[in-house]
Amino acid sequence: MGWNRKVLRVNLTAGTCTPELLNMEWANDYLGSRGLASKYLISEIDPKVDPLAPENKMIMATGPLTGTMASTGGRYTVVTKGALTNAIACSNSGGFFGAELKFAGWDMIIFEGKSPKPVYLALENDKAELRDAAHLWGKTCWETEETIKRLHQDPLTRVCSIGGAGENGVLYAGIINDLHRAAGRSGVGTVMGSKNLKAVAIRGTKGVSGIKDFPAFLAATTAAKKVLADNAVTGQGLPTYGTQVLMNVINEMGALPTRNHRDVQFEDAGKISAEAMHEKRPTDGKAHLVTNAACFGCTIACGRISKMDETHFSVKNSPKYWGASGGLEYEAAWALGCANGVGDLEALQYANMLCNEHGMDPISFGATVGAAMELFELGILTKEQIGLEAPFGSAEALCKLTEMTATGQGFGKDLGLGSARMCAKYGRPDLSMSVKNQEFPAYDGRSIQGIGLGYATSNRGACHLRGYTVASEVLGIPVKTDPLATEGKPELLKAFQDATGIFDSAGICVFTSFAWTLADVQPQIQAACEGDWSMEKLNLVGERIWNMERQFNLAAGLTAKDDDLPPRLKTEACKTGPGKGVVSGLDKMKPEYYQVRGWTPEGIPAAATLERLGL
Amino acid sequence: MQKSLHIDPVKCTGCLQCEMACSYEHTGVINPSRSRIKVFDFEHEGRKVPYTCTQCADAWCMNACPVDAIVINALTGAKVVKESTCVGCKVCTIACPFGTINYMADLGKVQKCDLCDGDPKCASACPTAAITYVDADWTGLDRMRSWAAKANTAAVAA
Repeated sequence: MGWNRKVLRVNLTAGTCTPELLNMEWANDYLGSRGLASKYLISEIDPKVDPLAPENKMIMATGPLTGTMASTGGRYTVVTKGALTNAIACSNSGGFFGAELKFAGWDMIIFEGKSPKPVYLALENDKAELRDAAHLWGKTCWETEETIKRLHQDPLTRVCSIGGAGENGVLYAGIINDLHRAAGRSGVGTVMGSKNLKAVAIRGTKGVSGIKDFPAFLAATTAAKKVLADNAVTGQGLPTYGTQVLMNVINEMGALPTRNHRDVQFEDAGKISAEAMHEKRPTDGKAHLVTNAACFGCTIACGRISKMDETHFSVKNSPKYWGASGGLEYEAAWALGCANGVGDLEALQYANMLCNEHGMDPISFGATVGAAMELFELGILTKEQIGLEAPFGSAEALCKLTEMTATGQGFGKDLGLGSARMCAKYGRPDLSMSVKNQEFPAYDGRSIQGIGLGYATSNRGACHLRGYTVASEVLGIPVKTDPLATEGKPELLKAFQDATGIFDSAGICVFTSFAWTLADVQPQIQAACEGDWSMEKLNLVGERIWNMERQFNLAAGLTAKDDDLPPRLKTEACKTGPGKGVVSGLDKMKPEYYQVRGWTPEGIPAAATLERLGL
Repeated sequence: MQKSLHIDPVKCTGCLQCEMACSYEHTGVINPSRSRIKVFDFEHEGRKVPYTCTQCADAWCMNACPVDAIVINALTGAKVVKESTCVGCKVCTIACPFGTINYMADLGKVQKCDLCDGDPKCASACPTAAITYVDADWTGLDRMRSWAAKANTAAVAA
């Protein structure tokens, strides 16, 4: 079967590592990774727990397809109660760490309690021990990874870690693995830091042996890979241009939020786009982009590897940033660029590298800078308070503020609160472009109505990866819908949200869904796992996961009021583009969405819905 | 016709599908640590390089083996380790200039690429054709051709 059927429980308070058998009944009901880890978390913690208290737990989990030749089968998920959101957090990462956990013979690691001093978990197949991390505390994610590999005398050890952001309580700190892959959102790195857990280092040489029907699995994975290769997005667009292929497309749509959502088109989008990354720079005659790169098992290979212009002001005195490094991806380019009105590609890559180096979510960080720049332009924040001039469009301010936030200096401490808390602190909570304290990603909820509803109702706060209706509303996948229409969006969103739960829980990347539907995933799961994994069941499991997460959030104290968008999106219309004059129709869509979900008008899953889902 | 593996690192994305396929073929387990082809990641240069045995015609490993545990597969020309004969002395790992024959401590034997009896699984698993299985006489011809295309003799003549 696809699971190893083994869980490592790490009690950081007691300093113990205990193997357990995986609850296979739950695996059968929740599949793996996101779904199964959420089931564990929700069964073990008080929903009202302070996310940074020792009583919160943090789970790193793989899915049944993680560590297999299923394309993109290298994902792992970090599930906890989010430091930024006070809601269920579930951050997914690629790279090679997840597969290594599987190869070491485990499905997931549950971290509980709080270590009295900084430690890291060293895991080599069956052997697990907590080791002193006093010498690592204060080091960046990059230094930590390098130091552990040297210490273990094993360059093939895979490491995930937190940097200064997670240590210093930046509320959107992420966990970085393989140098530039991140479980980035909702403050999962902040939770890790609160537990005095610096890193997890894994070497796995046992492999994955339990595929139920290997010939059928190979046939299913090979057929599915062909679907990816033959698709224009996954076969050509993403490998050539990366997710950045979207920059110009979304700008044309008038859906590229700019300057803290004041505008929906960015005049410098072309300068920070995928196409710009391919162009040769006048300074050194080299293109920004070096190559594309794959995460474990991925036959798409959308990852960007770039080299900065060594003469750029941000790095000219810092050779350590001259080598090839991850980025830019679309979300980071948008948040660090468009949200702040900064059209300097090199500055964005520098800020992006700092986010990877110090373990910080570039989406929340960039969007928080956008809010701060608006506060500065309104005269609410002064140069003295910030420590520098911070108007929209200032690449110098962006770079400096990234350094200050990553290292907890001066106004960086305020930026580290995230936009919701920062804007509230300065009396303008309305200027935070967030839901459940989590900042919007790179699509405007006015000119793409469905994604606006998705932000409002996402269980982990504003997020594009919980129900990527953009696929339908912009790209026509699987069918084209009108981005400006509200009709039919609740049904569309529900379908995306439920299906995404399966992609995430299987251990594969949601980007496959540009080409794959659940019908392409189903034969792979069925061949790998014991039991019935029919389409009917997968649809049910996806919906069950969504409702389970919802129940946790309700028990944590969130209500329908938290499923809302900032007033700007509901009252200030798009100024330009195809959506000119349009505001979000959330208030119309939300009651319909609750109805489609089988929830009460208060957003609470009805008894009949829970019964149908076996909750 | 003898064929050989042809590796073009520029096309490699580092996905490790080759390592999974190789390890499954030889051990029945998806286990990159047991793969006979390895992808090396030079992360600060942005380069990924798959590397494995090139099946030398006059093979150092075979010549060095004191118990004749390395034999030629007549069909493919691959130099193959007979595990039942190998005594784990590791002399071949010292002899090989490329490091592509490796000792496995838990088995007490060495392992190396055997071209999967003429159907190398790494090549069929590679999504970008960074690893191909080609006529051995043609090795390098594509690269020659691409360099030939760059040769601008007209400029010299002018």
